[in-house]
Amino acid sequence: MAEKLGREAAKHVAELAKLSFTDEELDQFVPQLEDTMHLFDDLQKMDTTGVEPMYSPTQEANVMREDVAVPSGQRDALLANAPETDKGLIKVPAIIDESED
Amino acid sequence: MNFETTIGLEVHVELKTNSKIYSPSPVAYGSDPNANTNVIDWGYPGVLPSLNKGVVRDGIMAGLALHAQITKHMHFDRKNYFYPDNPKAYQITQSETPIAHDGWVEIEVNGKKKKIGIAEMHIEEDAGKNTHTGQYSYVDLNRQGTPLIEIVSKPDIASPEEAVAYLEALRQRIQFTGISDVKMEEGSMRVDTNISVRPFGSDKFGTKTEMKNINSFNYVRNALEFEEKRHQAVILSGGQIVQETRRYDEATKGTVSMRTKEGSDDYRYFPEPDLPPLDVSDDWINEIKEAMPQMPGERREHYVEDLGLTDYDAMVLTQTKEMADFFEAAVADGADAKRVANYLMNDVNSYLNDEHIDLQDTKLTPAHLAGMVKLIDDGTISSKMAKKVFAGIIDGEEPAEFAKAHGLVQISDPAELKPIIDGVLDNNEQSIIDFKNGKDRAVGFLVGQIMKQTRGKANPKIVNQILMKALNER
Amino acid sequence: MAFYNTDVAQLHDDLVNKRVSATELTKAAFKQIKATDDDVKAFLALNEEAALDQAAKLDQAGIDPDQPLAGIPLAVKDNIVTKGLTTTAASKILANFKPVYDATVVEKLLAAGAINVGKTNLDEFAMGSSTENSAFQTTRNPWDLTRVPGGSSGGSAAAVAAGDVLGALGTDTGGSIRQPASFNGVVGMKPTYGRVSRWGVIAFASSFDQVGWLSQSVKDNAYLMEAIAGADKRDMTSANREVPNYVANLAKADVKGLRIAVPKEYFGDGIDADVQEVVEAALAYYESLGAIVDEVSLPHTKYGIPAYYILASSEASSNLQRYDGIRYGFRANDVKNLEDVYVRTRTEGFGPEVKRRIMLGTFSLSAGSYDAYFAKAAKVRRLITDDFNKILKDHDVIMGPTAVSTAFKIGAEVTDPTKMYMNDLLTVTTNMAGLPGMSVPAGFSKENGMPVGLQIIGKAFDEQTVYDAGYVFEQTTDFHKQTPRLGGQN
Repeated sequence: MAEKLGREAAKHVAELAKLSFTDEELDQFVPQLEDTMHLFDDLQKMDTTGVEPMYSPTQEANVMREDVAVPSGQRDALLANAPETDKGLIKVPAIIDESED
Repeated sequence: MNFETTIGLEVHVELKTNSKIYSPSPVAYGSDPNANTNVIDWGYPGVLPSLNKGVVRDGIMAGLALHAQITKHMHFDRKNYFYPDNPKAYQITQSETPIAHDGWVEIEVNGKKKKIGIAEMHIEEDAGKNTHTGQYSYVDLNRQGTPLIEIVSKPDIASPEEAVAYLEALRQRIQFTGISDVKMEEGSMRVDTNISVRPFGSDKFGTKTEMKNINSFNYVRNALEFEEKRHQAVILSGGQIVQETRRYDEATKGTVSMRTKEGSDDYRYFPEPDLPPLDVSDDWINEIKEAMPQMPGERREHYVEDLGLTDYDAMVLTQTKEMADFFEAAVADGADAKRVANYLMNDVNSYLNDEHIDLQDTKLTPAHLAGMVKLIDDGTISSKMAKKVFAGIIDGEEPAEFAKAHGLVQISDPAELKPIIDGVLDNNEQSIIDFKNGKDRAVGFLVGQIMKQTRGKANPKIVNQILMKALNER
Repeated sequence: MAFYNTDVAQLHDDLVNKRVSATELTKAAFKQIKATDDDVKAFLALNEEAALDQAAKLDQAGIDPDQPLAGIPLAVKDNIVTKGLTTTAASKILANFKPVYDATVVEKLLAAGAINVGKTNLDEFAMGSSTENSAFQTTRNPWDLTRVPGGSSGGSAAAVAAGDVLGALGTDTGGSIRQPASFNGVVGMKPTYGRVSRWGVIAFASSFDQVGWLSQSVKDNAYLMEAIAGADKRDMTSANREVPNYVANLAKADVKGLRIAVPKEYFGDGIDADVQEVVEAALAYYESLGAIVDEVSLPHTKYGIPAYYILASSEASSNLQRYDGIRYGFRANDVKNLEDVYVRTRTEGFGPEVKRRIMLGTFSLSAGSYDAYFAKAAKVRRLITDDFNKILKDHDVIMGPTAVSTAFKIGAEVTDPTKMYMNDLLTVTTNMAGLPGMSVPAGFSKENGMPVGLQIIGKAFDEQTVYDAGYVFEQTTDFHKQTPRLGGQN
């Protein structure tokens, strides 16, 4: 299943990941990623019928905390890290660029 | 052409826990922006979620209240998407192993009962709030991490009426567990719908359209009715329904298409590695079952069978858990069930409607309402006086003390009434003659005179007894 | 004074008996850092003022004889959050980030009286095997400044090797403590998954990451581990198990009758001959001490690299989505709309290796790829874990080389990511199974004189046996006492 990623697929994945690449970067990146994905080919050939996937080595289960509220008192310190704030709110440029509408 | 409609509903219910689902920040409303947040709610580098046991408990209780199967072995999953109100850019939810599945609620539409299936229920975190003004958005993360239960229906709902009846039933049952306020107007219950229409007998579902976050039962009905007709018209004209998300417009009572990017939602779900799996024991399920308040159906049955109320009364009293609990407490206090029911359904409900508040927001207590009803029953106050006493107890006054302080006490003592009645008779010879001649009207006149003399405080029942006896003796 | 030929126990004794003060030790650490770090570049930030302040307070109060770490200068990898001290994960995206809380391990260290001298360099977000992926500087190997220190805990390993500190915190997701330990001739322990809290450790791959120590000796490592191990309510994956008295138990350490499994897959093709030679000698030495050495097979070893890179990159792609320019850290300039904030911040804020992993992970989880990649790799993870459990049922430890080579030249592999990934061949499987693994100095390459590490893998939560085995080796050899020749030293 030596599937090639390809430029178009790479662009789609980049879109999902909120990354962008110039054409020159893609020239370098796509072959690198495809090269790495060659390593994955071996996996595809393996028979894993009936094998339960393992998502974590943790041996813990049923770990929960009691429903007790603890105010953090961290509001100001948290807001101080935000690039832009306004009256205690985090300020972000709007979803849609008005100038493009 | 005849059509069949299939409606799916996804309901989000906000839980009233003390703390958030994955962080110990308080769950509270009306605080300053970002006041109820910590590093977990902000998705800071290095933070980890810590699961709130109260949320799992509430989720199990909701599952039991909706007759669902509780999942014995479950884990959490991440749903990945970028949005300013979603700080980690993933929501910790349940995808593979919902906390409960295969439940149902019963609805009644046009006298016909029907079971609507519930496919699955998830516990998950709410997002923060994003408000848009001009070129900017402003993010408040107070709501981020508020626990939610998502309830997904099976495609059993066949009409807008059934959809609303299902929502009513769902709201009522969840409300009775006490885990949520389930108020659409406050956002503690939120509804996403999807609808498809197909020619009758067709074995394939039609194309779905979705509407998100509709915020009242009426709007749900209007939106679905509009969509149902729109789908039918499109199919009849030979057109194709476009799969899309639409928005309900309150002004036109119609729906409009929302611009959506096609294929942009690839949520890349995978199991949450930061939270170990849960094994829910039968013991815990039983413990929660024991602690669960009675559901409205059982309560209605009790009201009708044991307390002699009508089906209608029982239905009205079980609209909210607070009302039902109040009613039961007043009856337990020894007051007449029928009379308590009447007061709650009439005086109390109209007061609540006028003031736009909930029962629990008044100072009225079951003991005070029971006390007033008992005062009526033992003749201490008249029904008319009770109207005034009611105005007192709704403000938290004790009924007997209030009645006394405001002179709202009937004269029931015969020794006190007899001389007054005798005096009235002595002054109204003509009425006695009229009475003897069979003119019943004379009694009314005499009672009126006695009431006038006592400024309306005479106990009419006792007055009648003494008056009749005195008349017959003359 | 360099921190060589001494250890935690010795310094503690000197401090308690006032032969030296915490202030003197702390000053010595900064003096050594200043003498070596222009060459080594191990540190991203120094904590001089706060450290000296803390030392002065300790001296005033007197050293508690029951706190073995009180007054001992140590360093912290810069992907571990330290309140009031920059924490960047060696990424531009966190360059201006101001931490508002301490990681649990840092909290515990400070409570134990240890002194944090500063933050050490790493590959950006711990993604790499050479520390060349740091956005700020490339750390150099103190044994040969033209070579890499390994990674991602390259700064911590180099700081220990350079005699700056006796121990430094590292994190290990696929070998990031053990491989640099091997490259720098120091001890590096990655404990069992869940042994140490991850609260405050900037996540790379949540089901793989563990915090551990790089140190000059096994005994020091055991001291340091005792201070940070244990359950933490803020990390629900941390294990609710008692932490043994590792140091006290070392007194009984013996390898006579120790059943050592040696996987044949850890030798042969892909592993440099000079490395194999040193490790084989070490194994023969264990045998001479009465250990039983068995050749075994871990048949799924070769699937470790692909399965690891799929799973770890998938988790990373999700964990790193929070760096979006909205709430903290870097935000690109002149952004006009939300999409700009996201795309430009992340594109300008992350380095190429981080982007490659995000791409791999996002792809592996995306619609249409999940079953063939993520789910498949999760199944292979099970098979790899089963392999280990089978062998560890009748063996006490597994041994082999830590790394496929000795430290390579700076720039030699950084342009070929796939080749770089193969560095983790012998370490990633331990993380997949969550087992403890330690690298101990086992000798030097005949080819280039660089240090070679022996890897000791134990049963889950049996760090003690791993420490015991390493301790006996170290007590009877002197590889760990050898130090690089750096300017300004000796």
